[in-house]
Amino acid sequence: MTSDHALSSGALFTRRRRPSSEKLLDVGFRQLTLALASVVAIVLLAILVTVFQGSREAMASFGLRFLTTSAWDPVNEQYGAFVAIYGTLVTSILSLAIAVPLGVGTAIFITEDLIPTRLRDLIGLMVELLAAIPSVVLGLWAIFVMEPAIRPALELLHLLLGWTPFFATTPQGPGMAPAILILVVMVLPIITAIARDALNQVPIELRQGAYGVGTTRWGAIFAVILPAAISSIIGGVMLALGRAMGETMAVTMIIGNSLNFDLSLLAPGNTIASMLANQFGEADGIQVSALMYAALILMLLTFTVNVLAQWVVRRLSLKY
Amino acid sequence: MTSSLTRSGSDSGTDTSLFDRRPLSFDSKLKRNRLNALFTFISGLFATLAVLPLVLVLVYVLVQGGRLISLRLFTELPPAPGMAGGGIGNAMLGTVLVTVISALIALPVGIAGGVYLSEYAGKSLFGQVISFANDVLAGVPSIISGVFVYGLIVATRIFFGQSYSAMAGGIALSVLMLPTVIKTTYEGLKLVPNELRLGAYGVGASRFVTITQVVIPAAMTPISTGAVLAIARAAGETAPLIFTALFSAFWPDGIFNPIATMSVLIFNFAIMPYPAQNELAWAASFVLVMMILAANLLARWLGRLSKI
Repeated sequence: MTSDHALSSGALFTRRRRPSSEKLLDVGFRQLTLALASVVAIVLLAILVTVFQGSREAMASFGLRFLTTSAWDPVNEQYGAFVAIYGTLVTSILSLAIAVPLGVGTAIFITEDLIPTRLRDLIGLMVELLAAIPSVVLGLWAIFVMEPAIRPALELLHLLLGWTPFFATTPQGPGMAPAILILVVMVLPIITAIARDALNQVPIELRQGAYGVGTTRWGAIFAVILPAAISSIIGGVMLALGRAMGETMAVTMIIGNSLNFDLSLLAPGNTIASMLANQFGEADGIQVSALMYAALILMLLTFTVNVLAQWVVRRLSLKY
Repeated sequence: MTSSLTRSGSDSGTDTSLFDRRPLSFDSKLKRNRLNALFTFISGLFATLAVLPLVLVLVYVLVQGGRLISLRLFTELPPAPGMAGGGIGNAMLGTVLVTVISALIALPVGIAGGVYLSEYAGKSLFGQVISFANDVLAGVPSIISGVFVYGLIVATRIFFGQSYSAMAGGIALSVLMLPTVIKTTYEGLKLVPNELRLGAYGVGASRFVTITQVVIPAAMTPISTGAVLAIARAAGETAPLIFTALFSAFWPDGIFNPIATMSVLIFNFAIMPYPAQNELAWAASFVLVMMILAANLLARWLGRLSKI
């Protein structure tokens, strides 16, 4: 039986050996894609090495004092990045404090069947397009439109809360507060997009169950839907935090780039990224090294935040 | 429980026995319904606030920049400080040139990287390392890629002794594009059903032929969508170009010399105290935003093609 089968198949099919050229092509293509895939890792490593090498001189002369002193004095070659680090953290965290409720609220509004589908899609599209507008254009808009428009509000804030150190200076154009607001505009699309995806992935059974026991729509949102989506939303918020920390152009154009420390949010400030954008082109000597050191700190900050974001998503995600 | 059951059985005329049988009507004065309406209102307000900046930015860019559009804008060089008139022809050409350089580097490398991750890497350690590196690279601030290329290329004068150059700017942009291209390629290829691959092997195709003739064409739509979006994002990037491509007041002079780009022009001219320069910054914003919105709508249209 089996031999008969083998015989007939021998007659029906011709055995074809793969030519060695074909094998070579196969292996070659695999090796080529492997080599090009490793470019990512090589580039990342090269960035780390370049920035680390560049900052060694400043590290040797300033050490950890660099993080806590605020002198930025090219004449006497004394450098400390405290103002920039403080500005980076304060602008990014405060902008998120505003953007998270706005973004998650928007995401709920366009996922929870509150308005017709067409309108939902339109709002979703507009938020996505907002993400596509270049940072430098937002900066231009911030300088000429937003900042003059919000100045009366900031002056009111100064009048009402001027007794606290955070609003102690009179607003005079560029400053931390306008920078925070433009950062809100920039991270809002990220948070909205991720929260929207997270809410869309909540299984329909959870909603049906919640409505079935008689809760209202917002009862279901707060008690069932948001808790089910919270890990992805937190992950998205962390990603947005990383983005806000590294955001350069719009912030540089509106923050005032002051090298002096001021607690007031209405005063000009600085961030690591805006310091790099402003000074790197004209720096020489140890100033380049100090800027590289600051860049290294920025990289570590964003790296930590991004890795935490991935960890949160993996660790906190609910299993339905 | 049993007593209520029997009671309901005995006098079936009344409705208030086993269940609370109030008529199912909506009472908007209940606290829960009021809260519900309040939160709906708040979320609607938030959505409006989120959309507002886009509308305002678009209106201002369209009005301020749109009224400056003329043929002169495309053919002339920017004026000297304090002078009126002029155009942004060199910056437009520069943006196209630098973006093309970055796309020529990032697209082949990124697409091949995505192919490797999806088709060859499987769950191997190396594949995981590459995808982790890709995620980290995607999170690296754009200014850092400028610092990197400055340290690697500009400061070392690697290209024929030239420091700032269009080439350096293009390389800095390609570092930013790479993670996006890899990610979208990878995800596009993952969507290709495995049956297609098995079918191709079944008729005797080699791995190379399967990937290049069957799998990649099947995922062409998501790959090209990702490429368009990455290019659009790169065209608007400024931070990596400030100290790599620098700026130039003249027409582009080869790819190994400093070059003007629209994004750097907007940055430089926005903070100048001259109205003519400020106007050119608005005009450049108009051109840039139009290009990027067009690319985004093209990408959405491409994306819709695949769903049919």
